[in-house]
Amino acid sequence: MTSTTERAFSHKKLERNVTLLGLCALGAVAIGGIVEIAPLFWIDSTVEKVEGMRPYTPLELTGRNIYMREGCYVCHSQMIRPFRDEVERYGPYSLAAESMYDHPFQWGSKRTGPDLARVGGRYSDEWHRAHLKNPRSVVPESIMPPYAFLAERPVKVGDMSGHLTALSRVGVPYTKEAIAAADADLVAQADPNGDPALLKTRYPKAQARDFDGNPNQVTELDAVIAYLQMLGTLVDHQKAKAFEQPR
Amino acid sequence: MVSLLSRVGVWFFIALLAFMAMALGADQAYSVHMAIICVAALIAMAASMNKFDFVTRRFPALGGPALQSQYDDDPIRWGVIATMFWGIAGFLVGLIIALQLAFPALNLNLEYTTFGRLRPLHTSAVIFAFGGNALIATSFYVVQRTCRARLAFPSLARFVFWGYQLFIVLAATGYLMGVTEAREYAEPEWYVDIWLTIVWVSYLAVFVGTIVKRKEPHIYVANWFYLSFIITVAMLHLVNNLSMPVSIFGSKSYSAFAGVQDALTQWWYGHNAVGFFLTAGFLAMMYYFVPKQAERPVFSYRLSIVHFWALIFLYIWAGPHHLHYTALPDWAQTLGMVFSIILWMPSWGGMINGLMTLNGAWDKIRTDPIIRMMVMALAFYGMSTFEGPMLSIKAVNSLSHYTDWTIGHVHSGALGWNGMITFACLYYLFPRLWGRSRMYSLRMINWHFWLSTLGIVFYASAMWVAGIMQGLMWREYGADGYLVYSFVETVAAMFPMYLIRALGGLLYLSGALVMVYNVWMTVAGHLRDEKPMTETPHNADADRPYVAVPAE
Ligand code: HEC
Ligand code: HEM
Ligand code: HEM
Repeated sequence: MTSTTERAFSHKKLERNVTLLGLCALGAVAIGGIVEIAPLFWIDSTVEKVEGMRPYTPLELTGRNIYMREGCYVCHSQMIRPFRDEVERYGPYSLAAESMYDHPFQWGSKRTGPDLARVGGRYSDEWHRAHLKNPRSVVPESIMPPYAFLAERPVKVGDMSGHLTALSRVGVPYTKEAIAAADADLVAQADPNGDPALLKTRYPKAQARDFDGNPNQVTELDAVIAYLQMLGTLVDHQKAKAFEQPR
Repeated sequence: MVSLLSRVGVWFFIALLAFMAMALGADQAYSVHMAIICVAALIAMAASMNKFDFVTRRFPALGGPALQSQYDDDPIRWGVIATMFWGIAGFLVGLIIALQLAFPALNLNLEYTTFGRLRPLHTSAVIFAFGGNALIATSFYVVQRTCRARLAFPSLARFVFWGYQLFIVLAATGYLMGVTEAREYAEPEWYVDIWLTIVWVSYLAVFVGTIVKRKEPHIYVANWFYLSFIITVAMLHLVNNLSMPVSIFGSKSYSAFAGVQDALTQWWYGHNAVGFFLTAGFLAMMYYFVPKQAERPVFSYRLSIVHFWALIFLYIWAGPHHLHYTALPDWAQTLGMVFSIILWMPSWGGMINGLMTLNGAWDKIRTDPIIRMMVMALAFYGMSTFEGPMLSIKAVNSLSHYTDWTIGHVHSGALGWNGMITFACLYYLFPRLWGRSRMYSLRMINWHFWLSTLGIVFYASAMWVAGIMQGLMWREYGADGYLVYSFVETVAAMFPMYLIRALGGLLYLSGALVMVYNVWMTVAGHLRDEKPMTETPHNADADRPYVAVPAE
């Protein structure tokens, strides 16, 4: 230990100056994030364009918000990895573009239950109704919690324009008309007697029907099932096949 | 007088704003939260009329005149109690959710008690409430001693303590009511995030202010770790929580980022919540309390410099290992994997520096149960930072990801490292903060040690078996070329493992309850009359037991 005082730089300087120490620490921790994360925002190939992606309909969005509220993401992933077994079990592996309108992403980190990225269309609405109200009525070994209260709760109609506006502010391409018609679109999608034509021009492939078996009311169960039934149904995987080479 | 009036005025103004927001609230949960904030602000107002220290005046046991020393220790006394309180709460919720996974009827058919809402309550209670209070309390203790200065801005320090508790209450009640941003470890909604930002900046001010006031020329190594932890958490919190509220009178907001970008930002945050909250901050605790308890200097000063800078620089890069084989671009995954593997070295640098500090005092492992806890904590730190880099290897991660193996890894780190080192520090602090010669009972510390260790062994081994079994069952093909197991068969196969895990949790919780009793008696001023910890004759000079030498 002869040279500490002679060297041009000595760690002692940092140990005596809290501002310098703090700034160096901030510098050290900032670099990694800048180099790793920032490029994702401007490298085009991060999210390869695929056909079919569109923003969520107001009803699907409501269902998605309930999915988040109930913490379904702590048990279910929405990200199929490119392995033979996963592709066989859950469907074609997930593409970046498929979550491009997801604020926030819901890929999950734990599969206590199965992946849901492509659960849309796999089961009937009746199955989902029974399953969500009491999972053990249809799958006896299930450990999923019951969500019977969803069927009793009406969806709050009235502030959907606010939700769509907030999303458009962070970059989701909702048009002015879509924002203005948000509440009407929400009701139209779950109304068995309504006319969903306008909804379907705004949101191609939107499925409109009475999801929860209760035609008198738009309930939270309507919204959740509408969301589950559209998961993974937007992108045509025959066309997107170029990317799909299970490893 | 003027400052008193303006203080009262500010709190009154905040209470008024909260009251208005409550009345205008677009959803019920938001109104409930604003009511809580309103009441908290009114209490703060009343307290500031009473010159802020009214807690200690009402309850002298929490900091009466008899306890005062040259340092400002009242917020630390409250902090160690809060640490224990939230610890018990968090472990209890952990036990409940562990049981729910074995017996789903325990979801109780109520929306408030479903697994999906309780799990974030558990993770936040143990990480932010238990861990966070331990970090704030010990950092205030350490920074005063190592700087030989009283806390800068004493009122602000009290604000940090109470403001942080309010943050915890808002976050916890929010999860129960379903208020969440649905991103792991960053679940609180936008207004709670803003509140935490204010508290955190105040924390930085108190901490740095105290260092500036120091009478020692050097800033001690523990303080480097605390400082980097505070600064980095501020950076992560601010960037990761950028979001767009639907209305300032409603709880809902949408993340500023989407999809891939959101995922990487979140795991940049998430991994470094581990790296800076659960690692750098706790290493700071190690750097002060291990040498103190062992009465030995830190093993290597040079190693501490090298591993400090390497650790904080490398940790930030490792986030993508949470996103292997996802839609995140390959280059980012590879970068994350490489840095995670390199991270093994500075991690073990820290462990070695801690363990080797005991050089020449190894006999204390037998005689001092607090040292024993510290050693076990470091051993688990070493183990989980070996397991982590292994899980970061893509081939291993392809099996472990999404399974209970991750849960096993988490809890070997969380229970073994964070839990044990915190317990050890609490046992160090309680007698000193209350002017007692030692803890009420050393033998009970030993009991706590064994209950926790056994609990961790049950927990971690059950999860390793569960995780690997799950991973293998999901990918098993039969001779006919079809997948062998349906998903729900793999769920059913977990049942015995989930029971063993719950048993482990019960043991761990029981250990913590033993601690509560021990602490209670210590604060009340009792000393248990008990046999010393060891009776083996021991040769202190040679640092080993006397061995019986056979007669020739
Ligand atoms: C405790 C963890 C847990 C939570 C929380 C949870 N689930 Fe499940 N989920 C499971 C398990 C386990 C299964 C597999 C057994 C079954 O089908 O019930 C499952 C199955 C499912 C399935 C059928 C998937 C398939 O392909 O067979 C759907 C759909 C589903 N859950 C939706 C939800 C929704 C929506 C929520 C939130 C409201 C939710 N789950 C919350 C554990 C959970
Ligand atoms: C009595 C002790 C504990 C028990 C019984 C317990 C139980 C559990 C359970 C059942 C889960 C959910 C696992 C799943 O979803 O499959 C969990 C998750 C978690 N726990 Fe604990 N826990 C305990 C203590 C702790 C402590 C002390 C910490 C941290 C300091 C901690 C941190 C976490 C974290 C971070 C997760 C989320 C893991 C992930 O998402 O991968 N736990 N715990
Ligand atoms: C060198 C150090 C470490 C590395 C490289 C590392 C690596 C990893 C990896 C690869 C995963 C699995 C990600 C996945 O597949 O989803 C993981 C999860 C996790 N680790 Fe570590 N780990 C390290 C140390 C620690 C320590 C000391 C703790 C302290 C408690 C910890 C806490 C966690 C948590 C909480 C998760 C779960 C995150 C989630 O999915 O919710 N890690 N870690």
